[in-house]
Amino acid sequence: MLPASRLEWIQGWGESQGAAAYLFRPSTIGNLQDCLQLARDKKISLVSRGSGCSYGDAALLPEGICLNFSRMQRILAWDPSTGIIDVEPGVSLRRLWRYVLGDGWWPPVVTGTMEPTVGGCLSMNVHGKNNWVRGTFSEHCVEFDLLQADGSLRTIRREEEPELFNAVAGSFGMLGIVTRMRLKMKRVASGMLEVRAVSAPDLETMLRLTDEAKDQWEYVVAWIDAFPGGKKLGRGLLHFGRHLEKGEEPRPEQSLRIENQDLPEELFHILPKSSMWRLLKPWTNRVGMSWINRLKYLAGATIGENALYQQSLAEFSFLLDYVPNWKKIYSPGGLIQHQSFVPVNQAEDVFRRQLELCRKMRLPSFLAVLKRHRPDDCLMGHGLDGFSLALDFPVRAGKRERLWKLVAAMGEMVVEAGGRFYPAKDAALPGEIYRSTFQDGQIEKFLSIKQEMDPEMRLRSLLAERLLGIG
Amino acid sequence: MKKRFKHALVIGASSGIGAALVRQLASEGCRVAALARREDKLRELTRDAGEDQVITRVHDVTAIDEVPALFQEIARDLGGLDLVIYAAGIMRPVAFDEFNTEADLEMIRTNYEGAVAWLNPAAERFGAVGRGCIVGIGSVAGDRGRSGNPAYGSSKAALDTYLEALRNRIARKGVRVVTIKPGFVDTEMIAGIPGLFWVISPEKAARIILKKASRGVREAYVPARWRLVMAIIRRIPSFIFRHLKV
Ligand SMILES: Cc1cc2nc3c(=O)[nH]c(=O)nc-3n(C[C@H](O)[C@H](O)[C@H](O)COP(=O)(O)OP(=O)(O)OC[C@H]3O[C@@H](n4cnc5c(N)ncnc54)[C@H](O)[C@@H]3O)c2cc1C
Ligand SMILES: NC(=O)c1ccc[n+]([C@@H]2O[C@H](COP(=O)([O-])OP(=O)(O)OC[C@H]3O[C@@H](n4cnc5c(N)ncnc54)[C@H](OP(=O)(O)O)[C@@H]3O)[C@@H](O)[C@H]2O)c1
Repeated sequence: MLPASRLEWIQGWGESQGAAAYLFRPSTIGNLQDCLQLARDKKISLVSRGSGCSYGDAALLPEGICLNFSRMQRILAWDPSTGIIDVEPGVSLRRLWRYVLGDGWWPPVVTGTMEPTVGGCLSMNVHGKNNWVRGTFSEHCVEFDLLQADGSLRTIRREEEPELFNAVAGSFGMLGIVTRMRLKMKRVASGMLEVRAVSAPDLETMLRLTDEAKDQWEYVVAWIDAFPGGKKLGRGLLHFGRHLEKGEEPRPEQSLRIENQDLPEELFHILPKSSMWRLLKPWTNRVGMSWINRLKYLAGATIGENALYQQSLAEFSFLLDYVPNWKKIYSPGGLIQHQSFVPVNQAEDVFRRQLELCRKMRLPSFLAVLKRHRPDDCLMGHGLDGFSLALDFPVRAGKRERLWKLVAAMGEMVVEAGGRFYPAKDAALPGEIYRSTFQDGQIEKFLSIKQEMDPEMRLRSLLAERLLGIG
Repeated sequence: MKKRFKHALVIGASSGIGAALVRQLASEGCRVAALARREDKLRELTRDAGEDQVITRVHDVTAIDEVPALFQEIARDLGGLDLVIYAAGIMRPVAFDEFNTEADLEMIRTNYEGAVAWLNPAAERFGAVGRGCIVGIGSVAGDRGRSGNPAYGSSKAALDTYLEALRNRIARKGVRVVTIKPGFVDTEMIAGIPGLFWVISPEKAARIILKKASRGVREAYVPARWRLVMAIIRRIPSFIFRHLKV
């Protein structure tokens, strides 16, 4: 019997999906091997789960074993002279940057929140606001240890086995359990960035400014007000950031101290941020959000226009951690995100049609973010030379089906344009649409590696079943 | 039709109300596990709804030792569980002056002990995951100590009290516990018994039961008119009730 006491309801980050699974917290490789054996005995499967920051069903597996890595978050080795660090998979980006910053290093690729684990980051091959410049997470990983479904452990080095390395990275946990990895950090001379804020009155300008900025700034990210149509469609604010260099800051050792990076607890020094979401909650509807987006745009385009200022690395990088629990504004239905990756030339057309369709179906996105990307080497990667548009949608009772239709329709547009999708952000895409973004034979190749490395399909997830039919 | 439940387990599913529940759930797109002793009857359900939709297990609810492992296995094979219905039950005919201990204990084992064996793990699971719905099929016969069938009535009364206690334990965790009290339903159980009235079809009973379950009501008489009747009957003083032929 599986211990009934381990059964828990586990949700994707967006809280629009969940499943009951047996939660185990291994602390050693031996524990993980026991879990594999237990799964084999009970004829069930396992899923790895980092911090559960994937929006949808990537780390969900009904009735399976869910591996939580919160007891595998040790820093195994750190060399401040080279920036090489060995870590266990449960180490979060938060722990990572806090560990290395004092020595003048920073993780080269970080996500919009600092919660994800390095295991989750490698398995989804995440990107940052500097994707154009630095590529994805796996490009800064030198090697990793993989516990395979048969219980054997092997080290995979990018230099030695690039093909296998790039098949495992970005394969959302389907080829094995990452138990250790070696990462290379990025040198920084200061804990501060120089940031420029500008506004764009429409989509065309927005894309042009983003594209121009990518060669001059390390970080480029844009927020779009997804509510207006017509000439204002695609308007928004852009933020560019670059690390301060040696000599630009009088006392860099100050800004490199983690205490000086901590995000403030209060907003405007008075409002405790932990309850901010409560203030936002009453506005979480079409009309309210349209006003919030409009005011944010107008404020940015007037008071903030062309502002140049300094911001700490943590503040700039982890903007989404600014308002803790902000996703609670979407409860009880939760939210989903849809992120389309579209080649440069088609981006304007596709994003315009997507935003118009959202308007037409009366399902506007409450939060929309634009980034610039470059191709990656992963077999199951999502990178391309183009832009991505990430759209957040509330999931409301009675509107779920319509929302799922909208996602499929937006997906079709991406497929036609030769674009890609990012599983970490997806919850609703039909498998056929996802699969048709790959070149001929690519999916088959991945599935044959899966078959070889895990013939009993011991490692599964709802996402892999939905998108690839694994299970 | 909108799917109200995704994965259901019906114990006592080979005929009557249980079988009707399985068919209705399956037609809504719910995956169902159907349990009972008669394999041929269970096979009909799979044949009609498809193996994808209905899985079956031959099981005798008095084999209590089998339950914990079987419960887990079914959740695994269904790929989840959000509804458990205990419909297994027997009513042995007893003559007015007959005292048949073996027949009485058999009813208690099937109607009550089996329910405890199945609904305990269901309550533990649903309580742990903070969601789910448990339905127990009691009977109007459990509302009073009628002279006609002491063990049947008291097995249903015990089930009623047990379900109330379960509800009091786990409702606050988000689990719905629904007590269903049918009047007369046209099934094998009452076939041939004379003088029955307000008899409804098992399909109709199943429709009402699923509606009540999805709303998560605490207790429902099926059909609803029995509520009033039983409210009156429950209030009849014992010394009068003794002389009534009900
Ligand atoms: C607010 C927010 C902002 C975000 N911003 C960005 C962004 O800017 N860029 C970006 O790329 N992504 C972004 N994401 C997505 C997020 O970075 C990814 O979903 C990431 O994978 C989350 O890591 P995790 O540790 O939470 O992993 P989980 O979500 O728990 O798991 C992700 C996948 O990795 C697998 N996995 C986890 N650990 C292991 C392991 N040890 N071995 C094998 N497989 C494993 C899981 O099975 C699963 O398939 C954002 C998410 C949120 C919530
Ligand atoms: N019909 C009515 O008027 C009426 C009124 C009030 C309450 N009820 C209750 O409704 C429930 C369903 O009865 P029904 O009317 O649908 O009668 P039914 O057709 O006889 O159904 C009873 C079901 O219980 C199963 N069952 C009996 N003993 C079992 C055992 N030991 N192990 C496993 N399964 C067993 C039977 O399957 P197998 O024989 O194949 O095992 C059958 O599927 C019962 O609890 C009954 O008390 C019925």
